[in-house]
Amino acid sequence: MIVTTAGALRFTDFSVWYGARQALHTVTIAIEPGIALALIGPSGCGKSTLLRACNRMTELVPGTRHTGTVHLDDGEIHAREVDVRALRQRVGMVFQQSNPLPRSIFENVAYGPRLNGVPDGSELTDRVTEALRRAAIWDEVADRLDDPALALSGGQQQRLCIARALANDPEVLLLDEPASALDPGATQRIEELLYDLRGSVTIVIVTHNLQQAARVSDRTAFLYDGRLVEVGETSALFTRPREAQTEAFITGRFG
Amino acid sequence: MTSARIGASDRLFLIGTAAAVSVVPLLIVVITVIVVIAAWPAVQTHGLTLLTGVEWDVPRQQFGALPAIVGTLTSSAMALALAAPVGVCVAVFVNELAPRTIGTAVGALVDLLAAIPSVVYGLWGIFVLLPWLRETVMPLLRDTLGLGRFALFSGPAYGPSLLASGLVLAIMILPYIAAVAREVLAAVPRAQREAALALGATRWEMVRDAVLPTARAGLIGGVMLGLGRALGETMAVTMVIGNRNALPDSLFAPAYSMAALLANEFNEATGDAHVSALMAVAGVLLFVALLVNALARVLVGSVRTRHARVPG
Ligand SMILES: Nc1ncnc2c1ncn2[C@@H]1O[C@H](COP(=O)(O)OP(=O)(O)OP(=O)(O)O)[C@@H](O)[C@H]1O
Ligand SMILES: [Mg+2]
Repeated sequence: MIVTTAGALRFTDFSVWYGARQALHTVTIAIEPGIALALIGPSGCGKSTLLRACNRMTELVPGTRHTGTVHLDDGEIHAREVDVRALRQRVGMVFQQSNPLPRSIFENVAYGPRLNGVPDGSELTDRVTEALRRAAIWDEVADRLDDPALALSGGQQQRLCIARALANDPEVLLLDEPASALDPGATQRIEELLYDLRGSVTIVIVTHNLQQAARVSDRTAFLYDGRLVEVGETSALFTRPREAQTEAFITGRFG
Repeated sequence: MTSARIGASDRLFLIGTAAAVSVVPLLIVVITVIVVIAAWPAVQTHGLTLLTGVEWDVPRQQFGALPAIVGTLTSSAMALALAAPVGVCVAVFVNELAPRTIGTAVGALVDLLAAIPSVVYGLWGIFVLLPWLRETVMPLLRDTLGLGRFALFSGPAYGPSLLASGLVLAIMILPYIAAVAREVLAAVPRAQREAALALGATRWEMVRDAVLPTARAGLIGGVMLGLGRALGETMAVTMVIGNRNALPDSLFAPAYSMAALLANEFNEATGDAHVSALMAVAGVLLFVALLVNALARVLVGSVRTRHARVPG
């Protein structure tokens, strides 16, 4: 299929302000292509902000500003010549609450390719099918692609949203607590599918569930109060944290 | 004991509010009952000819309200056809597309339209709109554009007409449609917007594909609320519609509306039969207006509740 290579993200001295309030402090982190990175940290520490900076969703909030740079592969994503829409197709996003558009299952997944000008026809059908397969939901929806997406269960809707992001064939997939509203069975399906996606797309996932972070990620970054405290191999970070703050967090002593 | 005192005053408060609240539906019931009772003799005497008859001749005791009914419905429909798209566009512009300061200013100006008294709209209609229609618009449509071939745009251009009434009504209901539409658009959850944006949609594509479809039922409801207002509007319509009690054969022809008919004839109503016939017309108007309003509330409400549980 048309699977492009996974992308690399690099934050350099990156800070974000919401109005007068600083949410990220000079974060520097490199995310290698094809890995799954988990972002953990207490509520309000800036996980969503860091995630949403990757596809410039932060700038939807009036009054935000930033300093520092973010590179996707070799391009600085805030550069003047960058088309935000093209960036958001290269960097897909899945939200905490599944948010299918009020249209059919097929049309939800076809939405991104259609914005890109892919006409009705076999290419569109192929891309939708492929995306639904990669998101491990094809078997459940193959015979009802024309049903409204809102008729699916919560877990199915969330996998549909992953499929929808994958249909753009992104280099990076961002997920903000994608399973926090789901039951254990649905959560497990999402985790399995993220595991299978590794390598073909770079994954950045925010999660409050440390076991989940351990299960799905290669590397984990711990944020505290808008600062990147520590980033490393997931297994190493959970067993031998270098920083006292990280240890306190993963042993449940705060946060 | 204090708890007992609080209990008693709570109960008093409850009874008080319950009484106040029940006044409203009670009022609607009472008004409806009075209208039906008063209209009953006319209904018995004339039956369906009240609705289908085209003669309204008081001395000869002919009470056919069809011209007024048709006038009300067509001028309201025309107002709706003009104001609905404009109102929704204003709401989309103000809420979704315009820079905040410009959006707020435009929104406030449109809201201000609702503050203009009906009689002022009527005077504006008489002194500005009617001459303009008579001298410019009607000849343009009929002759220059050649639409005169169609019955709708034919006939002499007097000024006072269905067209004039539709235009005035359109301006009058525009702020209501725009206000409800803005409220409905604002109720569309942020998650819906971000869904489209995160897939690479432009602002406009987001509005078209995520916001408007989600808001559709509520937008229709807002339009119906506007329709409800248009149906009952009396003063401005009476001043520009021409008050001719005959079936209109053209948009340029003077016509009548139920509300105008009632306003014009009630004071000089001669005899019980006349009053009762007017009451029957009032009943029809009341029925249509209540129906449209109820439908509108249901539609607007459906959007609010459907999205209430999704965090914004
Ligand atoms: N739209 C906004 N306007 C103003 N301040 C914001 C906004 N969004 C986030 N913040 C602030 O920025 C900081 C970081 O928020 P962020 O949402 O990134 O945290 P988070 O780690 O994702 O928290 P959670 O785990 O609760 O989702 C917080 O202090 C928050 O109050
Ligand atoms: Mg968050």
